[in-house]
Amino acid sequence: MALIADIQQEIVEEFSLFDTWEEKYEYLIDLGKKLPAIDPLYKTEENKIKGCQSQVWMHSEYKDGHVFFQADSDAMIVKGLAGMLVRVFSGQKPADIVGAPVTFIDDIGMTSHLAQTRSNGLRAMLKQIKLDALAWQSKSSAT
Amino acid sequence: MTSTAGYDVERIRSQFPILQRELKGKPLVYFDNAATSQKPQVVIDALVEYYSMYNANIHRGIHTLAEEATAAYEATREAVRAFIGAPSTEEIIFTRGTTEGINLVAYSWGRANILEGDEIIISSLEHHSNIVPWQMLAAEKGAVLKVIPINAHGEILLEEYYKLLNPRTKLVSVVHASNSLGVINPVKVIIDAAHAVGAVVMIDGAQSTVHLDINVQELDCDFFAFSGHKLYAPTGVGALYGKRELLEAMPPFHGGGEMIKEVRFDGTTYNDLPYKFEAGTPNIADTVAMKAALEFINGIGKENIRRHENDLLQYGTEQLRQIPGIQIKGDVAEKVSVISFVAEGIHPQDLGVLLDQQGIAVRTGSHCTMPLMQCLNITGTTRASFAAYNTKEEIDRLVAGLHKAIKILR
Repeated sequence: MALIADIQQEIVEEFSLFDTWEEKYEYLIDLGKKLPAIDPLYKTEENKIKGCQSQVWMHSEYKDGHVFFQADSDAMIVKGLAGMLVRVFSGQKPADIVGAPVTFIDDIGMTSHLAQTRSNGLRAMLKQIKLDALAWQSKSSAT
Repeated sequence: MTSTAGYDVERIRSQFPILQRELKGKPLVYFDNAATSQKPQVVIDALVEYYSMYNANIHRGIHTLAEEATAAYEATREAVRAFIGAPSTEEIIFTRGTTEGINLVAYSWGRANILEGDEIIISSLEHHSNIVPWQMLAAEKGAVLKVIPINAHGEILLEEYYKLLNPRTKLVSVVHASNSLGVINPVKVIIDAAHAVGAVVMIDGAQSTVHLDINVQELDCDFFAFSGHKLYAPTGVGALYGKRELLEAMPPFHGGGEMIKEVRFDGTTYNDLPYKFEAGTPNIADTVAMKAALEFINGIGKENIRRHENDLLQYGTEQLRQIPGIQIKGDVAEKVSVISFVAEGIHPQDLGVLLDQQGIAVRTGSHCTMPLMQCLNITGTTRASFAAYNTKEEIDRLVAGLHKAIKILR
């Protein structure tokens, strides 16, 4: 598994190939389309992230020392953002997820585009990822 | 620029500094007027002048500044009275906006008059601010909240409304024009029917006051609330009209300075109308500037603005109808200049983000009317709402922007 920092760098490089906002958004939406479908079992009210204009679901599992995330949204841009976050953090160790600085969002050159209410959704997703990782970390150290 | 004959939209636009702004390298298209309108220079100047020249606390001071500030503040009360056709300034209470106006009635009139088993009627079109205060009141008093149903176009079903009315109906509170759809409710009919069973009627004029001619005496409503910021005035100020006999019988909403005549530790006598309901130092600057906004509207003429906005509404509706997969919600004849629509298979949020990329400001989501969205069986809409300064060219930009966004999203 690649390091979190390396995956972030990879995403930044991919986005740097596009000059226009149209292409960037098309790519982002494409990432959302490629996001593996969340198990319908996990599309529950409990897994819904509050504070987003669209519906966002996120679920995590812990396997062999690594956290695996699934996510979905009914809005395509948010789903693309969720797809990026899953790609960066899924399959990583809890401690690495908790400690990782998140730089790629600023570096893909879309920060101003994702500002305010949208980034609230982004921030809410990111917060959930970190909280889940923290929960798995404390559970695994307790056992 | 194309426009209605004699309506100089370019001259009007030039009075709004914010419209000179560019967003993402493109001239701003501001179509979120139902959320809040932009402010003309005269309103901005009124704020600056107040703070630069005669800022003082009102009503109590004996010095010149206090007198000037008081005169300006009370001049706005007279301007508001005339704007909505109220019989006297004593019946005009300044508030923070429509929400506070409704809450004032719910707390003061509601707590004093609603008893267990009484019924309150609202409509399916209501903004959360005309739902939640009544839910809170009903829960506290053991009263019953009833909801007038609508058809698929967002029109109130009057026959169903008549069936809800009965001697236990104590209050009917309905929106004049829907913020989500723009649909205008037949409030005169609603008011008369409510009065026939002895109920009091509150009208939420948040959207209607800027577009329609308002005369509270002709409407014969008991309460009417609106917000300044939706009619080119600053945020944080609005007004509540109430019939004198109701206001006089109502207990105060907030206790404090301004609202008293005499305070003793063994009892307090309250001030006369409207001051009884204006505790504390009010929002003087924004209230003073609201007069400039009303004069701005009167200067152009409400009728002229309405004709222009209706042109935009008609043009926009025709253009949007031609885009495949787009369906307008609330596509009825009696509307204010709001176009709310859904695009098949596309989330409104995605449309909003991609329109913003093109310098076009619209609103997406449930527009604080979640129950209405549930009635229409949708999660939200994209809403373009027009004001005096918008143009057909801007609607063309919206249409082109939608085509581009849909292409990216499909």
